[in-house]
Amino acid sequence: MTDEFKARISAAGRTNAPLRIRGAGSKDWYGHALNGEILDTRSHAGIVAYEPTELFVTAKCGTPLAEIETVLAQKGQCLPFDAPRFSPTSTIGGVVAAGLSGPRRVSAGSLRDFVLGVDILDGEARALRFGGQVMKNVAGYDVSRLIAGSLGTLGLITEVTLKVLPVPVAEVTLRFELNQGDALDKLNRWAGQPLPIVASAWHDGVLTLRLGGARAAVEAAQLKLGGEKVGADATAFWRDCRDQALPFFAAERLWRLSVPSVAPPLALPGEQWIEWGGALRWLRSDSPAETIRAAAHQAGGSATLYRAPAALKAQVGAFAPLSAPLLKLHRNLKAAFDPKGIFNPGRLYPEF
Amino acid sequence: MKPRIHSHERDQDFSDVDRSAVLDALGAILPPDALLADREDLKPYECDGLSAYRRLPLAVALPGDEAQVVAILKACHRLGVPVVARGAGTGLSGGALPIEHGVVLSLAKMKRILKLDPYSRTAVVQPGVRNLAITEAAAPHGLYYAPDPSSQIACTIGGNIAENSGGVHCLKYGLTVHNVLRVRGVTIDGDVVEFGNHALDAPGYDLLALMIGSEGLLAVVTEVTVKLVPKPEVARVIMASFDDVTKAGAAVADIIAAGIIPAGLEMMDKPATAAVEPFVKAGYDLNALAILLAESDGTPEEVEEEVAAMRAVLEKSGATDIRVSSDEAERLRFWAGRKAAFPAVGRISPDYYCMDGTIPRKRLAEMLTAIAGMEKKYGLRCANVFHAGDGNLHPLIMYDANVPGELERTEAFGAEILKLSVELGGTITGEHGVGYEKIGSMCVQFQNDELAAFHRVKTAFDPQGLLNPDKAVPTLHRCAEFGRMHVHHGETKFPELERF
Ligand SMILES: Cc1cc2nc3c(=O)[nH]c(=O)nc-3n(C[C@H](O)[C@H](O)[C@H](O)COP(=O)(O)OP(=O)(O)OC[C@H]3O[C@@H](n4cnc5c(N)ncnc54)[C@H](O)[C@@H]3O)c2cc1C
Repeated sequence: MTDEFKARISAAGRTNAPLRIRGAGSKDWYGHALNGEILDTRSHAGIVAYEPTELFVTAKCGTPLAEIETVLAQKGQCLPFDAPRFSPTSTIGGVVAAGLSGPRRVSAGSLRDFVLGVDILDGEARALRFGGQVMKNVAGYDVSRLIAGSLGTLGLITEVTLKVLPVPVAEVTLRFELNQGDALDKLNRWAGQPLPIVASAWHDGVLTLRLGGARAAVEAAQLKLGGEKVGADATAFWRDCRDQALPFFAAERLWRLSVPSVAPPLALPGEQWIEWGGALRWLRSDSPAETIRAAAHQAGGSATLYRAPAALKAQVGAFAPLSAPLLKLHRNLKAAFDPKGIFNPGRLYPEF
Repeated sequence: MKPRIHSHERDQDFSDVDRSAVLDALGAILPPDALLADREDLKPYECDGLSAYRRLPLAVALPGDEAQVVAILKACHRLGVPVVARGAGTGLSGGALPIEHGVVLSLAKMKRILKLDPYSRTAVVQPGVRNLAITEAAAPHGLYYAPDPSSQIACTIGGNIAENSGGVHCLKYGLTVHNVLRVRGVTIDGDVVEFGNHALDAPGYDLLALMIGSEGLLAVVTEVTVKLVPKPEVARVIMASFDDVTKAGAAVADIIAAGIIPAGLEMMDKPATAAVEPFVKAGYDLNALAILLAESDGTPEEVEEEVAAMRAVLEKSGATDIRVSSDEAERLRFWAGRKAAFPAVGRISPDYYCMDGTIPRKRLAEMLTAIAGMEKKYGLRCANVFHAGDGNLHPLIMYDANVPGELERTEAFGAEILKLSVELGGTITGEHGVGYEKIGSMCVQFQNDELAAFHRVKTAFDPQGLLNPDKAVPTLHRCAEFGRMHVHHGETKFPELERF
């Protein structure tokens, strides 16, 4: 199968015809407009190795995320970064390339934290393997984590190894009525204490908190924190929050602001949805991009134009602009892995 | 001087560096006491924690701030002089080993904690700040910096970033890469670059991850923002004895199979406990062939639950004796032995050589059996301490550098362990880095195409190859000389043959 990919890449190199790497296409809307002939990864699928006691799973790029999660669940394990699932057929290659993490990211860590190794085909169709299947590995540069979130611009991921963890034994969801300022303050204070808070979501005066871990720890924290316990619909709430399937996310123009958790409420017009203990602020707003980017920057973070018509993204950029020295390094790295610029050109930044 | 271009073909030759031009240029940037060039002043910088390899640099520069770092790098760039950044020099792979005709850039003077904010649980520190100093400064707020290398009293955060250092608690709390939000660094051409930021995500490629573990080859770290985490309310450690290393290895897998991720999970074999006990009096079971230390931390209720669960697993796995620390003093004593393992071995042997391979946990026993065979083959003793929870081994090969041929035999012993680590599906280095030492073993783990890709990454940051040249990634020429012994992901040439 990878031979077929190699042939496509070599041919694209010869004719300077860009390739658009695509799994299930569930994130076609993410980043900039798509260029090039589709290279469908779904034929290269299957779990290559799963060793519960070694805490890793290795899968080919076209394997559906759902398939991996089902197999892990049978052994009481999971991918703790909680990747959003925009379609039941989302592939693991696309998940890793997009690098997006869900509500649990604040406690468990991000997708890239769980990447142990990747196999890629670079822009010259060379098969390269970085990292491996062990937890600790510092031989060579950490290219596997560089690949995570690079939106397919550095290479075609053919196989990936991810660290897995046991699912928490106990979980409880609590609700509090709090305005934004108070919610942010409470979240930051709680985060400085040894409490088993695994996720949080604030919207419209209500803070929802997810506790997870050892039963005893969850019960003790529940007593300490108070709030109102959410019953049967908690699981669905967190799933829909993860998959951005709640009504809030159905906006034509949605911004994703990554800021320090302690940033005070951002004085921007529009509705907000806040996760990650305050570090992730979703914003539905028609305010000018400059205003939103300036506010995020001033708070110490950055703003992504997450969902918007392609024309608007082209105009203001989907991702926050890079400083001159960073842009130089990005260009150099792109040239290092894909000298002819055939993989997903312009998907991340128009410059490469 | 002819312009240099970093090449992945051959090591570089810096013999044409103009010494007086370098000293003049650096003298114009630094006060006299911050520039060392006399032989006796250079002596303390001739090696890092791996003292088997020593070289004198041309000069040592000790900048006091980032502006001086920028000026020094620009000058070295202009003059084509190689630069080796240095923290505390505790590295164990020769990463901070000077380059002949090169400059050592010591960050030792930049050791201020610039900001420690308990509310955001972050600290902004200069590169020369010691790992433990961060935790000490955070302690009054009930917070700490999680990665805790055994060298944490001495090693610097700059060195930790360069090596992606771990510690005995990284199974649960992660490595350096999981605990750092932002690194500010200076590239060889003097550009100041921010990698990451104070938020959780930064736009573009994850260059922060790329910087961490880059062994001083991409940029010089001048400022770091670390995450601080709440100190668990209580911690208790279980010490379990085994009369068989295979059973101890299996017990590690059993704990994880039971859905438990201990805060720490360490193993020591009998030679290691025997070396440590007279030195530290940790109370280790000297009859055991292996002991496991398994820590649980969290709320009191949580720890009670987890300790009971781990005890049950260990009993089932055949532990011959189980003790649980009854108070903080005893917990620290149990750990003190593990943390003092290296110096303890240093007391019973004139020299020792610490290896750092990582293997899948389930192959631990196999590896130990093989090492026992190698002890006979090379006529050298070896004590084993492991970060067992993550399969990271630290065999300590004991030798005497004054006995002709012993160092060479030790190196061959070490290289054989690393080769086997790769064959068993692991890696040549889990946390100490490749540095100067393991450069040959890189040819075992990676193919030429991959090594060439690493060189292109290097070139993206440092086209002339001036930052810590000829470390971490071997030239293809060197691999050709080393002999083609690439092991492809656990597949050896003759898998049917016995290897030990
Ligand atoms: C007794 C002992 C126990 C140890 N235990 C552990 C352990 O448990 N876990 C572990 O991971 N390691 C351990 N180590 C290894 C060592 O302490 C770590 O690698 C540590 O991170 C090195 O820090 P340092 O400040 O001493 O760096 P140095 O040795 O000075 O340098 C190490 C590397 O970092 C680079 N560097 C240093 N500062 C900078 C900077 N500011 N910018 C860019 N590059 C820089 C150097 O060029 C070099 O390549 C141990 C060492 C000893 C001696």
